[in-house]
Amino acid sequence: MDYFAQQLINGFVLGSIYGLIAIGYTMVYGIVGMINFAHGDIFMIGGFIALISFLVLVSFGLTAVPLILLIVLLVSMAITALYGWTVERIAYRPLRHSFRLAPMLSAIGMSFVLSNYSQIAQGARVKPVPPIITGGYTLHASSGGFVVQLSNVQVVVVITTVVLLAIFTWLVARTRLGRDMRACEQDQTMAALLGVDVDRTISMTFVIGAALAAVAGMMYLLYYGLVDFFMGFVAGIKAFTAAVLGGIGSLPGAMLGGLAIGLIETLWSAYFSVEYKDVAAFSILIVVLIFLPTGLLGRPEVEKV
Amino acid sequence: MGVAASAPAQTHASRALGAAFILKKALISAFVALVLFSLMIGIRTEAGPSGQLIYWTRFGELAAMVATVFGGSIIVELLRQWWGPVGTIRIVPPPVQKALAVARRAIAPLLLVFTFLVPVIFYDQRYILDLAILVLTYVMLGWGLNVVVGLAGLLDLGYVAFYAVGAYSYALLATNFGLSFWVCLPLAGILAAFWGMLLGFPVLRLRGDYLAIVTLAFGEIIRLVIINWQSLTGGPNGVSGIPRPTLFGIPLTPGDDGLAARLGIEFSPTHRIVFLFYLILAMALLTNWVTIRLRRLPIGRAWEALREDEVACRALGINTTTTKLTAFATGAMFGGLAGAFFATRQGFISPESFTFQESALVLAIVVLGGMGSQLGVALAALTMIGGFELFRGLDQYRMLVFGIAMVVLMIWRPRGLIGHRDPTVFLKRSHAISSDLVKEGHG
Repeated sequence: MDYFAQQLINGFVLGSIYGLIAIGYTMVYGIVGMINFAHGDIFMIGGFIALISFLVLVSFGLTAVPLILLIVLLVSMAITALYGWTVERIAYRPLRHSFRLAPMLSAIGMSFVLSNYSQIAQGARVKPVPPIITGGYTLHASSGGFVVQLSNVQVVVVITTVVLLAIFTWLVARTRLGRDMRACEQDQTMAALLGVDVDRTISMTFVIGAALAAVAGMMYLLYYGLVDFFMGFVAGIKAFTAAVLGGIGSLPGAMLGGLAIGLIETLWSAYFSVEYKDVAAFSILIVVLIFLPTGLLGRPEVEKV
Repeated sequence: MGVAASAPAQTHASRALGAAFILKKALISAFVALVLFSLMIGIRTEAGPSGQLIYWTRFGELAAMVATVFGGSIIVELLRQWWGPVGTIRIVPPPVQKALAVARRAIAPLLLVFTFLVPVIFYDQRYILDLAILVLTYVMLGWGLNVVVGLAGLLDLGYVAFYAVGAYSYALLATNFGLSFWVCLPLAGILAAFWGMLLGFPVLRLRGDYLAIVTLAFGEIIRLVIINWQSLTGGPNGVSGIPRPTLFGIPLTPGDDGLAARLGIEFSPTHRIVFLFYLILAMALLTNWVTIRLRRLPIGRAWEALREDEVACRALGINTTTTKLTAFATGAMFGGLAGAFFATRQGFISPESFTFQESALVLAIVVLGGMGSQLGVALAALTMIGGFELFRGLDQYRMLVFGIAMVVLMIWRPRGLIGHRDPTVFLKRSHAISSDLVKEGHG
């Protein structure tokens, strides 16, 4: 039971990271209707920028951990958001009204560009960092000697996710930008006729998605203590799986799907085999799509003739 | 764009405005580049000797990159303003158009004749022969995937899975049971087709991007299973010592029973390469021939109808289930055959050869080829693989250049190199139509 509880905590934390990436996928899909294949690599870039800015700050003699974390968070969000904006401007905007496969291939190309760019710029080897946030709480110690622990890193990851999700939900539900985004999602032509700057709104969607991916990258760095240039691909596919699982286009769905994928992966590794954890995640995606083609919270697509 | 400079009569003032506009754009691009590259290129991190991360600065490289972006942005903007308006409206005189049409009809037979002569012309150049075999392998893969994506309009991002199934089928059957290549080749095709059906069943109800992601997941599952099922597949170490193909039982070896000894000619290792070349050429042409024949059969017509409108298809009584499954199975079969060839050519296979990159490359070939055009796929394979090969010297930058090429090619020609289609059914005369009129399917 204690073992299960521990795995539940671990899965929840991992799921929060996936959920943050999945939001970027689901928003872009909702508005532009394309899979942003480069999003996983944007997450990887976010991790790298968090790592580099952390190193620089430490070498400047800064020692207050909360202050460092806040600066690193803001810097990596800002720069990664610019990456998201640039990718949209270069690779997707010229293909906005082209046929469906063109932006998808352009996105796959962009994903190769980003991962190889960071391989060339930062080297192919894994970059480890020492644990930045240490310590934790013991929740329950059983007689068998197994201890259920909640580390401070896990608390930070979950709290950051929840706070960002709250801010983001407010943004979409209550602000002018959010209203524009929802309008573009429903009907771009009509939104443009009513004075919504469609190009700007789509750009902002990519910027917000990239900023959230940067947060996920930083959380990944804090939680696992390493980044490498190839981590974007698998994390990207799993996050997209999460977005589809939750029902693409739905924000709570993305978070829910992320948590589900995180839990499935952790529990599978804990009880069955670590090697086949990705196979399990993908198989469950296929099974869910057979029985629930629109995902958990998605709206059924109306087929127009 | 081109506010001032594209106007026919340019005044001095408008030219100055154009210059200011270009400069402003270039400055913005340079600033964006500065922010983007500041940490990623300006600072280099590496694990130091004690495992601790260390970093050093590279401001010289950063400045060079920003300057490149600044200069590049000016050049691109100039090209766009001066050549763009002329280039977009192409006024081609009718005689030239006619000549082009003749050339277009002649290109396929000429290309075929040239391909047949490649081993004769380049007999001494092993490198070119190897490259030609590689290009033909991708032509075959492209034609195979074309059945699924180009004809049936079903988006498949996991095509490499069938390539892997074919390669491993041959490798395992040959190394474990000693079966010959010619027995294994159809078996590899059948097994891959079976896996195609297996993938087809769950995705029957899925459309569009859901289909894309499920096929992608399927490809990854196959690869992960190959990596982890070590007792069968050898895991990451792969399978080695895969037997070379024989000319229907006659080995291409220097021994007494080899082909060279039997024909009474001197043995040369090039014989095997030439044999492999004609083998893959025959397999690719078989793929092409089968596809062209199928397009004229009811099942091929059903595939294309499915791509154009699935609802209408159902209303007309076409069984969409069998239509989709046969498309998946046919495409997968060709992938499996190509995989068996790949295994026998390499003599060694490992999961590293079957990554998502391969799927993306084959899909890029199909889309660049104009989705459904057989000639276009062949030309696109030649462009992509040949272009890829040009950058072999720049080892590190190869994938980067490949990614950039994919983005640029998609922006330049989203509809592919061959932008027209020849219909298979017509009343009196075949009219080629623009491929803009062809739908890309829902699936």
